[in-house]
Amino acid sequence: MNLELTTAQQALKEEFITFVRTELEPYANDYDKQGAIPRSLIEKLGAAGYLGATIPTAYGGRGMDQVSYGLLNEEIGRACSSTRSLITVHSSLTAETILRWGSQEQKEQWLPLLASGQQLAAFGLSEPGAGSDTNGITTAYEEKDGQYVLTGVKKWITFSQIANLFLIAAQGDKGITTFLVPRDTPGLRVVPLEGILGTRASLLGEIHLEQCAVPAANILGRMGWGLQQIVNTALDNGRYSVACGSLGIARACLESSIQYSKQRHQSGRPIKEHQLIKQKITNMVTEVKAATLLCRNAGWLRDKKDPDSFIQTTLAKYHASRMANAVAAEAVQLHGALGCHDSFSIQRYFRDAKVMEIIEGSTEIQQILIADHSIASLSSIL
Amino acid sequence: MNVTLQTDIKSTIRTFLQKRIGQDVSFNDGDDIFQLGLVNSLFALELVVFLENTFDIAVENSDLNLNNFSTVDNLEGFIRNKKGI
Ligand SMILES: Cc1cc2nc3c(=O)[nH]c(=O)nc-3n(C[C@H](O)[C@H](O)[C@H](O)COP(=O)(O)OP(=O)(O)OC[C@H]3O[C@@H](n4cnc5c(N)ncnc54)[C@H](O)[C@@H]3O)c2cc1C
Repeated sequence: MNLELTTAQQALKEEFITFVRTELEPYANDYDKQGAIPRSLIEKLGAAGYLGATIPTAYGGRGMDQVSYGLLNEEIGRACSSTRSLITVHSSLTAETILRWGSQEQKEQWLPLLASGQQLAAFGLSEPGAGSDTNGITTAYEEKDGQYVLTGVKKWITFSQIANLFLIAAQGDKGITTFLVPRDTPGLRVVPLEGILGTRASLLGEIHLEQCAVPAANILGRMGWGLQQIVNTALDNGRYSVACGSLGIARACLESSIQYSKQRHQSGRPIKEHQLIKQKITNMVTEVKAATLLCRNAGWLRDKKDPDSFIQTTLAKYHASRMANAVAAEAVQLHGALGCHDSFSIQRYFRDAKVMEIIEGSTEIQQILIADHSIASLSSIL
Repeated sequence: MNVTLQTDIKSTIRTFLQKRIGQDVSFNDGDDIFQLGLVNSLFALELVVFLENTFDIAVENSDLNLNNFSTVDNLEGFIRNKKGI
């Protein structure tokens, strides 16, 4: 295990911090209130190469390693979870999955457009009646004259309001299969979804597919292997992004808590001098450090293409998302009434943290996977 | 790890499977580990990465066929086929 950042990774981290400080942090609360991140931000993310961070330079990406990509998700997630959500669904769930399993034609067609941010991608798995039980999806495909006709509804789809390309999982006679479905496919309609607790600027929607015909060339991966091959690859990529994004939320809460404890005076002294405040900060620091190590370890194993990277990514996501909730709750407490008001970011972190325990496989689903692996072989976990 | 000796293939596969399935679970080289419900949803990808890394091969879409992966014997045959040995 090597958790030290290289000089190049450290330099990228500095670059991300500068981008976030100037382009994201000052505006994130407004985006949350408006319920959307602006197109201008997406263009800046694209220009910086952050929408194709891990895509090879040959396809117009920045060719970053996974540890660096984790740092990007952490820094973006520290300021704005909605923007981190865009990176998760566009890059981790879709572009990286096309890179791993797409045909040469699919890679050449889509990766340059996605890496530059000229086109955005979203991931359509969940449905009104199917969440954790991915086998239960009812969106159907049917082969007709060499084409595949899709019918069904996908729900809670992040950035579907503006995405140009959808990765859609559907059920059919050859088993669950995934399809690349461009937004302009006749019969495809997106209905915006409002009222979400956290990541409020992530432009959620429902995708309605009514007899949407796509050519066989748009099948991603092997027919019938949609879950084992494509969805699992996508969710593994997404979990790493969400783990690091959760770490970012927790770090933001911790940094703000330390800052506030120096400024806020009660009983004639700054609250940092109260022993119970010191206890809160100690607990937060310990949790953040532990999650940092888990995320770095997952990134390192992912770069090595180690089979244990899957379970270690699950472990990082499980711990970091739960930890972000605990740390955000403590941060609200430490900030008192200010922590409850929308003039300050803490309430947003608190809401955003909850979402992290539900997406990319809920906490309970991670518990099942981690327990199974631990029972089979504790040494592959520890 | 790069496995060069042909005789190593089966035992390397076995060691990996035993770790994933559980040291205390016994199965034979002809048993279908998927049908017996011995593996969870992460397993297929773990197996693919293990095969690629260990035997220096690329698993393609067309290789994704349960027959290739279902038993130790079949996995050995798949690797031999891929490497032409
Ligand atoms: C903000 C947001 C963005 C999202 N973006 C996307 C997206 O871009 N694309 C997409 O496809 N989906 C997206 N989703 C949907 C998300 O993936 C699902 O919400 C998630 O998979 C859980 O499914 P569910 O909400 O239907 O809950 P359910 O699966 O109905 O679960 C309800 C509760 O039961 C628990 N549970 C379920 N099964 C088990 C079990 N076997 N054992 C123990 N407990 C269990 C769950 O953990 C949960 O606590 C998004 C959701 C949110 C909130």
